[in-house]
Amino acid sequence: MKLTLKIWRQKHANDKGKLVDYNVDINPEMSFLEMLDDLNEKLAERGEEPIAFDHDCREGICGTCNLYINGRPHGPIRTTTCQLHMRHFHEGESIVIEPWRARSFPVVKDLIVDRSAFDRIVQAGGYISVNTGSAPDANEIPIPKQIADEAFNSAACIACGACVAACKNASAMLFVGAQISKFALVPQGKAEKKIRAEKMVAQMDAEGFGACTNTGACSAECPVEISMTNIARLNREYIGAKLTSDNV
Amino acid sequence: MSWITQTLTSTIGRKLVMALTGLFLVSFLFVHLSGNFLIFRADGGRAFNEYSQFMSSAGIVRVLEIIMVLGFAIHIYTSFVLTRRNQKARPQGYAFSQPSANSSWFSRNMGLSGSLVLIFLLLHLRTFWYTYKFGDIPTVTYEGTEYKDMAYLVKTVFQQEWWLSIFYVIIMVLLSFHLMHGFGSAFQTLGIRHKKYTPLIEKIGIAIAILVPAGFAAFPIYFLLTR
Repeated sequence: MKLTLKIWRQKHANDKGKLVDYNVDINPEMSFLEMLDDLNEKLAERGEEPIAFDHDCREGICGTCNLYINGRPHGPIRTTTCQLHMRHFHEGESIVIEPWRARSFPVVKDLIVDRSAFDRIVQAGGYISVNTGSAPDANEIPIPKQIADEAFNSAACIACGACVAACKNASAMLFVGAQISKFALVPQGKAEKKIRAEKMVAQMDAEGFGACTNTGACSAECPVEISMTNIARLNREYIGAKLTSDNV
Repeated sequence: MSWITQTLTSTIGRKLVMALTGLFLVSFLFVHLSGNFLIFRADGGRAFNEYSQFMSSAGIVRVLEIIMVLGFAIHIYTSFVLTRRNQKARPQGYAFSQPSANSSWFSRNMGLSGSLVLIFLLLHLRTFWYTYKFGDIPTVTYEGTEYKDMAYLVKTVFQQEWWLSIFYVIIMVLLSFHLMHGFGSAFQTLGIRHKKYTPLIEKIGIAIAILVPAGFAAFPIYFLLTR
């Protein structure tokens, strides 16, 4: 299978960067990242600098891989980049591969971006302040199955950043909405829900992410199908917290 | 910063302001449209002229007028602030992007449709509001009281300046696009999303987006066809 890859190459954070063409002949059974591994081996043999890209578990659960493939985060199907296979492309196709583009996700090198802005948002309030004693028995806190499932759906977020990459405003509302929701829905998280919403949104804004236009692009591209309900809940939680919390 | 300014200048706060002013402006569209339909009465324009007189003189209308102008001003100002912020959030764009794969054209181009509606609004005020208030237009007398003949002004403008009539119709299509996303989006921003109500809100949004601009477009189309 012959393909032309147009890959973003950028030596370091301050380099201007450009798209470079690579003609490859690959096995269609390969995964997308295996294709890049294969290309990197060939580049190394030729004494050229391999292409830097993020990857870790390659099982679709860690959220580390993040490529903007042919104009969409994680490529043409709804999955993580590591779970994308070359059978979804056709002979002779040109594939444009770019890093996530957002002021809050600066490029480190080639296709790798710094997503620590997400970590700082989580550090601002994405936790429950219980630091004494052992974990309570799960069955001691009755939570209806339906609510537990809903909270778990929000907790499924792998923080890959596809939502920010897909959004025309580079907004992080879907990510923050998922973080807020997974706590706001269950009793353990309710105690601190106001301060959490206030602090996480303040950090989200401080990081320079855009505002939400409700286009739904984030949710449509999310590999773990985080729904727009999370954004509505974030709006509700934030406005409610601002109106009723004791933090003047 | 006090908690109020902090809230209203946050991204969510600004979106809240957009949603509230947007829904308020939708209510204005209904008032404006329902009054306009008086021009179709077969009474030589009397009901429409009396209505125009009332709208430009009654005290309560003047108060609502000020609130409406503020609504527009805040909606437009906030849209500029948000657009600037959103542009800054992605200083370097993608070399190749396929946004239509994941979102509607309406939702991605609220700035474009809104800006064109704003240009239209200024032209519309100049053509009718300014002329009615300060221009030289003929008058009619009903039972001893003199009224400015607004019905005549509307009829002659739409019939003689045919290009303006066509522009009006085109802009109503853009208003439709703006409402197509705006109405439902406002509820999402307010945090109102529920499986019982959201499908209904979306249907109402589509109905408003089609019927209201179609109602407004009926006036230039009618006068063009009866030239």
